[in-house]
Amino acid sequence: MTPPTTRDTIFARILGLIAPLNKKGVALTETTSFSGDLEMDSLTVMDLVANIEDEWDIVLPLNMLPELETVGQVADAVARLAK
Amino acid sequence: MIDLLDKFDPIAGERQAYLDAGGRDPVGVVMTKVLSPTRAVIAGRETILMGTYNYMGMTFDPDVIAAGEAALRDFGSGTTGSRSLNGTYTGHRACEDALKEFYGTKHAMVFSTGYQANLGVVSTLAGRGDYVILDADSHASIYDGCAMGNADIVRFRHNSVEDLAKRLGRLPPEAGKLVILEGVYSMLGDIAPLKEMVAVAKAAGAMVLVDEAHAMGFFGEHGRGVTEAAGVEADVDFIIGTFSKSVGTVGGFCVSNHPKFEVLRLVCRPYVFTASLPPAVVASAATSIRKLMHGGDKRARLWEATRAMHAGLIARGFTLGTRTAESAILAVIMPDQATTLAMWQALLERGVYVNFARPPATPTGVYLLRCSLCAEHTADEIATILQAFDDAATAVGVDLRAAA
Ligand SMILES: Cc1ncc(COP(=O)(O)O)c(C=O)c1O
Repeated sequence: MTPPTTRDTIFARILGLIAPLNKKGVALTETTSFSGDLEMDSLTVMDLVANIEDEWDIVLPLNMLPELETVGQVADAVARLAK
Repeated sequence: MIDLLDKFDPIAGERQAYLDAGGRDPVGVVMTKVLSPTRAVIAGRETILMGTYNYMGMTFDPDVIAAGEAALRDFGSGTTGSRSLNGTYTGHRACEDALKEFYGTKHAMVFSTGYQANLGVVSTLAGRGDYVILDADSHASIYDGCAMGNADIVRFRHNSVEDLAKRLGRLPPEAGKLVILEGVYSMLGDIAPLKEMVAVAKAAGAMVLVDEAHAMGFFGEHGRGVTEAAGVEADVDFIIGTFSKSVGTVGGFCVSNHPKFEVLRLVCRPYVFTASLPPAVVASAATSIRKLMHGGDKRARLWEATRAMHAGLIARGFTLGTRTAESAILAVIMPDQATTLAMWQALLERGVYVNFARPPATPTGVYLLRCSLCAEHTADEIATILQAFDDAATAVGVDLRAAA
């Protein structure tokens, strides 16, 4: 089953992938940041990236990560790559 | 002025709190005397070393020391120059010759450390538009080589052939690709399924680099590493290694049969823009490498000691990173940081040194007491170490599984 790829559904699905890692139950919005708000370490972020890549069958190179600070930015990147 | 060091306050604070509570600093160990490859004096106490990577015990080999002493006397204490300028002596060439003979390759390039070998080779080989595909558990020097270069970096799940194949399948067929593997992974001591992984990489048109830092000297018929043991030497384009483990000194290298390999000496910045190894170091390394070619006895003793330690720890209820001893690294998995530190300190107080390891050096959430065996560990020392583990676990109150 191919997951739907509108920006909204992508955003919602990313929230689902983050949920198990959101130990402190931080409210997730477009501007929630991975290191600042969610306090994710680099290993956790890289593991999350692997799950996102698999969800949409895309390549999200690690060198792109510095530009992807917030949940919204990741959703934008996935929307761009998952065509 | 913004104090640029403020950002590290949480890290400094965590450490200070631990020290204030009477903890001993796991990164502050000082050896005041080194008695042998397996013994040193730490804080006035003779200690058995079981976390040194000194797998083959070459650090006090009389021939290795004699070679170093002679070179120190004849060629001076340092080269004061880059390999590319005034820093290549006959000893550096001789060391590269020893490596070529050891690995049976046409080319060998010696760097000042293994860290720099990875930094240089990874960042130079893969450029803009190319892809580096690396194992999630890769060593920091490989990640840093990726960060220094301009390639796109793709990470696959540790030791998963299937995940590697899947991720390679997503890449543009026409792009340059470098798959980076390690023979032995240094945190858990597990080995890579190189036969399958190299086949998958080659099928995708990738070049393959294998870091054999923790395998040199005791895997494969000639001690060339897991690459040799898995029978994939012909399909591996580059091998990276270090002198800081089995060879018993310091330095790094890359060996290869690639016909265009020598150009790397001109374009690899961590090779060009740093001073070369001192004459004593390359002389010791060359002697040690040549002796390792005939290290069959030591190899057998290393495996024997490793298997005995693995079996002993399992029998005492400890959880290890691998079900059987896959390499000379044994990772004792601990529940959390506090227990790991307490165990580490309790072992040191009982005269046993192991490595304390935590994320991000280890995989997410994994805290370890990492042990590495040496060919010179005696059966008596192993018994002493196992007893210390028992006593330390009791003192700390570690909850061991019911012994099998
Ligand atoms: C897998 C691996 N590669 C490279 C290195 C770097 O070696 P060196 O100590 O020579 O810098 C190490 C050791 O720290 C290692 O474990």
